[in-house]
Amino acid sequence: LDYQHVQVPFEITLWIMLASLAKIGFHLYNKLPSVVPESCLLIFVGLIMGGIIYGLNDRSPPVMDTDIFFLYLLPPIVLDAGYFMPSRPFFENIGTILLYAVVGTIWNVFGIGFSLYGICQVKAFRLQDVSLLHNLLFGSLIAAVDPVAVLAVFEEIHVNEKLHILVFGESLLNDAVTVVLYKLFRSFCEMPTIKSVDIFAGVGKFFVVGLGGVLVGLTFGLTAAFTTRFTKDIRVIEPLFVFLYSYLSYLTAEMFHLSGIVAIIACAMGMKRYVEANISLKSHTTVKYFMKMWSSVSDTLIFIFLGVSTIGENHEWNWPYICFTVIFCLVWRALGVLVLTFFVNRFHVNTITGKDQFIIAYGGLRGAICFSLVFLLPDFHRKKLFIAATTVVILFTVFIQGMTIRPLVDLLAVKRKRESAPTVGEQIHIRFLDHLLAGIEDISGHWGQYYWKDKLEYFNSKYLQKILLREHDQPKSSIVLLYEKLERKHAIELAEAGQLGHAPSHPSLLRSGRLCSNNARTAIMDQKLEDTLNPDVLENIQEILARNLYRIRRTGPAYNRHTLPGETEPVEHAKEILMLRHRSL
Amino acid sequence: SVSHSQITRLYSRFTSLDKGENGTLSREDFQRIPELAINPLGDRIINAFFPEGEDQVNFRGFMRTLAHFRPIEDNEKSKDQNGPEPLNSRSNKLHFAFRLYDLDKDDKISRDELLQVLRMMVGVNISDEQLGSIADRTIQEADQDGDSAISFAEFVKVVLEKVDVEQKMSIRFLH
Repeated sequence: LDYQHVQVPFEITLWIMLASLAKIGFHLYNKLPSVVPESCLLIFVGLIMGGIIYGLNDRSPPVMDTDIFFLYLLPPIVLDAGYFMPSRPFFENIGTILLYAVVGTIWNVFGIGFSLYGICQVKAFRLQDVSLLHNLLFGSLIAAVDPVAVLAVFEEIHVNEKLHILVFGESLLNDAVTVVLYKLFRSFCEMPTIKSVDIFAGVGKFFVVGLGGVLVGLTFGLTAAFTTRFTKDIRVIEPLFVFLYSYLSYLTAEMFHLSGIVAIIACAMGMKRYVEANISLKSHTTVKYFMKMWSSVSDTLIFIFLGVSTIGENHEWNWPYICFTVIFCLVWRALGVLVLTFFVNRFHVNTITGKDQFIIAYGGLRGAICFSLVFLLPDFHRKKLFIAATTVVILFTVFIQGMTIRPLVDLLAVKRKRESAPTVGEQIHIRFLDHLLAGIEDISGHWGQYYWKDKLEYFNSKYLQKILLREHDQPKSSIVLLYEKLERKHAIELAEAGQLGHAPSHPSLLRSGRLCSNNARTAIMDQKLEDTLNPDVLENIQEILARNLYRIRRTGPAYNRHTLPGETEPVEHAKEILMLRHRSL
Repeated sequence: SVSHSQITRLYSRFTSLDKGENGTLSREDFQRIPELAINPLGDRIINAFFPEGEDQVNFRGFMRTLAHFRPIEDNEKSKDQNGPEPLNSRSNKLHFAFRLYDLDKDDKISRDELLQVLRMMVGVNISDEQLGSIADRTIQEADQDGDSAISFAEFVKVVLEKVDVEQKMSIRFLH
């Protein structure tokens, strides 16, 4: 038995296997994922595993190595997020996102840091020796919202596209702020005296870190696009380039102490449209699938490790400090969101409602990034206190906030409906007006900083495309690609049915069983509808409309962790609309 | 009255849409906007820009149509009632929407016109029968003079019940 020889790869594979099996297990019980978010279940599995290891070996289980986390587990998730990020809503809301990410995080850091320092002054808690700087350092790592955790939970609750982008974009971009503040405070801890010059240097460093990350990312992204121009004859390794360049951009940025997360996102967003035009269809699918697969595995492993690392003797349980940390995290985030939203709403027509604000504030989950950063802290005598506090905050946000956010959202939605339900006519006319306004907005170019977008498009078509694309024709927009895909599919169907030249009757129009519910009232729909004042029929109509009216483009999630883009409902609707219009031409 | 900066902005949008660079927009120029292609009412909205029977719209026409969606400023509300009604008054906004339904311009939304719009807005999983009953219900709720069609006054009444027209049908052209 030569275990030593294969130990490392064997154990790694076993962990990944455990993670994947756990995932299958959850989805076997249909009800479970809707009540408890997947991340909670994974942490729970991790806790059990940690307990087992602790019991067997009678010492603390392996703590997740920060290097493993930052170098291997985090990049796939961020790459997945950046690659599939719908760029139009992202750039439309970039101002708001940056405001929340930068200003909001700084507000949280200083708020939490100072208030915890205030708590430390209270003699009864025996926390006198935690200095202001230590508190600020702790604040800087606990304040940041974590993209992994946010993603995991936001899928379960269905929020509209704009809100999703806001929280998600914020959680990704605040990495730059976190990195700078964390490193700043840590270096301050080691310096005997702090001059104001240092503080200004810190502020300047923030810009360097953020913008530097973007530059690095874009450089690698454009190089990747350029490389794929020449891969016509070796299609098999095309997907590899996407991953190699992205990972390199992350590592390079980390090497220069810039923000790796921002770099990898910039790389993914920069190279996406050129690479997709250059590589073959099969490579494209491969890229998408592998990205989803890797990010899924990473995600699962992170939460399991989080659970495992919680068990053990790494903690010092000073309950007042811990409780106040949790409270302050919630309070300062809520305040920050309120104040910032107040400013944002003054400049935008589409205001962020109270319900949205609640979701943004309550959905600020902390996750594995905080956990890793706290282990990276230099060893000083109160480190275990911080570890304990971080663990509790993460568990609290993931479990309690994660599990309750959906019921609370539903509750809020219900509370709004104090006014009478709209009649059928009102519903139709309102939706009609919604579509009309969306169309007019698109025509007037209302959304977003159109001036810059135009400039970028001009620059793109004049220079970038010529260099980066293999063929010199216009890269097709996603709508056109979709349309072509539909045409191909349609042609294949026709050929198979042997009916070239005839439009097949749409099978779904004949499907009346769609509304089958256990309710016997639906039987009425199949009969001739003579009495439309029948209240049963009315309820059915409401149900039909609610389910079938096309949504205006601003609602509905655009990004889904578990399905590939192109398989979600809004896209299905878009296909139907395109088909209808094609037939009417 | 539209402000100078708004005009400049709209003009730059007009020129960016005008790919043929001949100072007018054709239907193809509008159809090039990708979001419009998947808007269920896309074709009708585009048609609203073009005057009767024409295929080109110049900047003046473009602006005139968009002017319907200007927000109603507070100081305009108290203006004297003797002058011509501004394009972005509540009544004109609603008229614009009504005209999108009422293709034959008889000042009534007939059952057929309603059915057409419904079919555009609703998925393919609804049978003609179900759609017909929805249309019947809509007309029944709104119809007050018993002509089995929705007149402009009836339309306005239904919409104003739930919709703040000034808010909903306005776009701030500048951030």
